[in-house]
Amino acid sequence: MHRFAKPSVFLKFTAPILPWLSALTVILIAAGLYFSLIGSPVDYQQGHTVRIMYIHVPAAWMGLFCYVGMAICGAMSLIWKHPLADICARATAPVGATFTALCLITGSLWGEPMWGTWWVWDARLTSMLILLFLYLGYMALVNAFDDPERGSKAGSALALVGAVNVPIVKFSVDWWNTLHQPASIVRMDGPAVDPSMQVPLALMILGFTCYYFVVLILRVRLELNERRIRALHLSGMFEDPETPASANEQAYEAGHNAEAKQ
Amino acid sequence: MNGFLAILQRDLRLALRQGADSVMVVAFFIVTTTLFPFGVGPEVNILARIASGVIWVSALLAAMLSLERMFQADYEDGTLELLTLSPVSLELLILGKVLAHWLTTGLPLIIAAPLMAVMLNMDQDGFVTLMIAMLLGTPALSLIGAIGAALILGARRGGVLVSLLVLPLYIPVLIFGAGAVEAALLGISATAQLQIMAAILLLTLAAAPFATAHAVRQAME
Repeated sequence: MHRFAKPSVFLKFTAPILPWLSALTVILIAAGLYFSLIGSPVDYQQGHTVRIMYIHVPAAWMGLFCYVGMAICGAMSLIWKHPLADICARATAPVGATFTALCLITGSLWGEPMWGTWWVWDARLTSMLILLFLYLGYMALVNAFDDPERGSKAGSALALVGAVNVPIVKFSVDWWNTLHQPASIVRMDGPAVDPSMQVPLALMILGFTCYYFVVLILRVRLELNERRIRALHLSGMFEDPETPASANEQAYEAGHNAEAKQ
Repeated sequence: MNGFLAILQRDLRLALRQGADSVMVVAFFIVTTTLFPFGVGPEVNILARIASGVIWVSALLAAMLSLERMFQADYEDGTLELLTLSPVSLELLILGKVLAHWLTTGLPLIIAAPLMAVMLNMDQDGFVTLMIAMLLGTPALSLIGAIGAALILGARRGGVLVSLLVLPLYIPVLIFGAGAVEAALLGISATAQLQIMAAILLLTLAAAPFATAHAVRQAME
């Protein structure tokens, strides 16, 4: 585990994986979309609206998955102080927040025809909304410090504290009996969904998960490259003795320093 | 234990001598609660119906308002740094600070709550439960709030940020606090809700000092 925590190893290790993973994501989502939109039967009660499920459920899964990932990264960065764990957590937050928002939006689109309402203050919906707030709080917190490392550390602590919400989201439908249907996929006596719907759902869930890893790798690489550029700038590598650094840049640096001193 | 008592005494003395802070929290609570009759209309039935929720939400906001100064002043003048270096465990000292915070903000809120309940025309059956629920709930608010207050040390616009961090974590207290009063008003036993609130309090009591101490330590690095 520690071996992979070095940025250079991460870059070397993920470079060959990325194209394959991207291809796999495209195939999974394309197949999933085909089966969920065309290849699967219409629900006998819900009609075509049931197809919202194929986006809604994977999005909900990803919202939770990303939060757990973020909390684990937070724990790793607190325990072993790996900078890569910080970067992973930072890179995960916006993705998870987007999936959570997507889940809430598709849920309300689904709820309107099914329950006759866009929103109910049901335990599952409310805890999912809290999840979104936690993501937003995390993102606001990590960006609120002048020192990015300090932001990451504070964020790690918040990610861990907020993790209490994850089991609440998962079990809310079992603990409180309200409009939202009970768990139908992950449960003790096997899934309660017909195989014809289970297959496209599984494809979509796998596709979304792969998509997350592709985006994660891309975002981590971007961040590493940005850091490298910043480090090179600071060390003066880019400064050509013939042509002095542009006035703009100097002004920016001066402004930045003044800001940091305040 | 001496360190705990010393920091408790110090924080209480500071709060008493500065005075205004504690009063401000109660004033904020009362003003916020009074806004609701203007907002939803002075109809007695509606007010009685929403009283427990209004009181809880206002209490949450008032408790949150006072969080920023929990560590901020000590952080700025260097006291917090000395506290982290002291031989007494930081977790214990933080517990002392949290207790002082609760005594100066949570307790006045509990005393002011029945007054607001009367003004909102809440049924008398709910009063005792409201007091018990607030007695269990407000310490949990202080404990959870301490984590948020410690996380924003040195952040830009910390005061606004703390609301985004802490309010989502306050929601369980709000749900069960208002639920307990609601149950009592309906004449059902509120024991279940109160037990869950006690569980939340115990959980935060066990976990929050460690999380807060961690956040304070890394703010000092």
